[in-house]
Amino acid sequence: MKGLFPIFKRELLAYFRSPVAYVFIIIFLAANAGCTFLLGNFYNSNQASLENSFLFHPWLYLFLIPAVGMRLWAEERRSGTGELLLTLPVRTSVTVFGKFLAGWAFIAVALVLTFPMIITVHFLGFPDNGPIITGYLGSLLMAGAYLAIASFTSALTKNQVISFIISVNICLILVLLGWGVMSEMLNAVFPVWLTDVISQFSFTTHFDAIRRGVVDFRDIVYFLSIIIFMLMTNVVVLESKKGS
Amino acid sequence: MIVVDALSKQFGQFQAVDEISFEVQRGEVVGFLGPNGAGKSTTMKMLTCYLPPTSGNAEVNGFSINSQRLQVQEQIGYLPESAPSYNEMQVEEFLSFIGEVRGYTGSELRRRVGRVLELTSLQEARKQIIDTLSKGFRQRTCLAQALIHDPPVLILDEPTDGLDPNQKHEVRELIRRMSEERTILVSTHILEEVEAVCTRALIISEGRLVGLGTPDELLSQSIYRNAITLSVSGVNAETLLEDLNGLEQVYSVERLEDMPNGAITVRVFPKDRESISSELEKFLKKKKMSIEQFFVERGRLDEVFRKLTLGN
Repeated sequence: MKGLFPIFKRELLAYFRSPVAYVFIIIFLAANAGCTFLLGNFYNSNQASLENSFLFHPWLYLFLIPAVGMRLWAEERRSGTGELLLTLPVRTSVTVFGKFLAGWAFIAVALVLTFPMIITVHFLGFPDNGPIITGYLGSLLMAGAYLAIASFTSALTKNQVISFIISVNICLILVLLGWGVMSEMLNAVFPVWLTDVISQFSFTTHFDAIRRGVVDFRDIVYFLSIIIFMLMTNVVVLESKKGS
Repeated sequence: MIVVDALSKQFGQFQAVDEISFEVQRGEVVGFLGPNGAGKSTTMKMLTCYLPPTSGNAEVNGFSINSQRLQVQEQIGYLPESAPSYNEMQVEEFLSFIGEVRGYTGSELRRRVGRVLELTSLQEARKQIIDTLSKGFRQRTCLAQALIHDPPVLILDEPTDGLDPNQKHEVRELIRRMSEERTILVSTHILEEVEAVCTRALIISEGRLVGLGTPDELLSQSIYRNAITLSVSGVNAETLLEDLNGLEQVYSVERLEDMPNGAITVRVFPKDRESISSELEKFLKKKKMSIEQFFVERGRLDEVFRKLTLGN
């Protein structure tokens, strides 16, 4: 794992040195609070929980995380630093993982900054902290899956905008497959068992349980396997597209 | 040392590098010449394991670029063509980053960063953000990065590109100083650089090796090799040309522009590019001509370069 930490550290610092990082954090915090209070019927639900807050995370991540991940490789390719980075004696998988971890840590920072929500529910009532903790961990895990997809699409091109658009589309499909409205539409065409199988590929399906405080081993495996699969694809893309 | 064996690279239909073979020994500085798009950078990218070759192999200090990527990269200090670096970082911080990735920490890392800053005369810029640096400083920052692990093999893609004449001189001095215990491959299209720093030169064109030798060997292929430019006063131009053409060792004589004081200037091309300066001097003495200028050329690399790369 030689080289992992310095690569991680440099990438994370690079996030905080660009104004985009602060714009991202502000938009994420504002959208998170806005969705919870305005769309999520936070007060009317009369519950001291963050369940309704987490409900919107798959949709928020849909645009925000491709924006975090789009620069990971596209920028290296555009500026030529990728040639420098990939001619250092470090395994490509370590480099990919180090950069991914930096993006993930950045998202974790943004999530931590939603702590006023936790204070709010504690102020309003006596929430069960278990689901809050699993909700946050589940959300972070899901964010990792989005980010791995964005990292992969970033390696495909030197244009950040193209990378962003491709990853939004991939993520959109993965979100929609498990959305209730979509399932009903699919049910009208396909047999129920097939719709169930299809919805098993969706972020929403696997995040729903975690959001409610139910930690199922299978959901964790789902997100982890998306991360691992996308990062491995990322490595393959880098090794085959080098220099072109 | 570097041993390249029938290395080829194809991009789609385009043959960028076509079965190139050469060796670079320890202690040598080999200049890699060729027109733009001849395959210099592509070859260097393959040697540093950035690009996989389509076929063929190369070994760097005994490690194969096809199967021992990490070991090869440990051996090499590489300066890519556009001298990329992370713009948002400070010079010193960037060099530390490269050092850390290469496995150095603590006082050892600081010592190495200090040493390369000194080698590339970057001390006063150490705290500057790379983005704010001039092209010459950036070039040197990237060169410093290549030296941090004191590599036995250096691959430098146009190391003096964008530098002013003083900085060029400094970088050439640096390369020469480092050449003793190292294997160095330098690409350039500045021909004077080859004569200044290289012990040998390789010329490639359209992906093929078309010339190889010491700078002097390459110069000896020039039609200007041992040609003599001569200015004499007090003679009739016609007779001078006639007399010179009459000499046995002379291949041809070309009349050049007269000197401002009216001295007649000619260029004498010897037969077989042999040195004829002493014969010519004797002849001039015998004819009692007063010599204003007498200049023997070693040959012209740009002419050899054109001849080799344009294929005629």
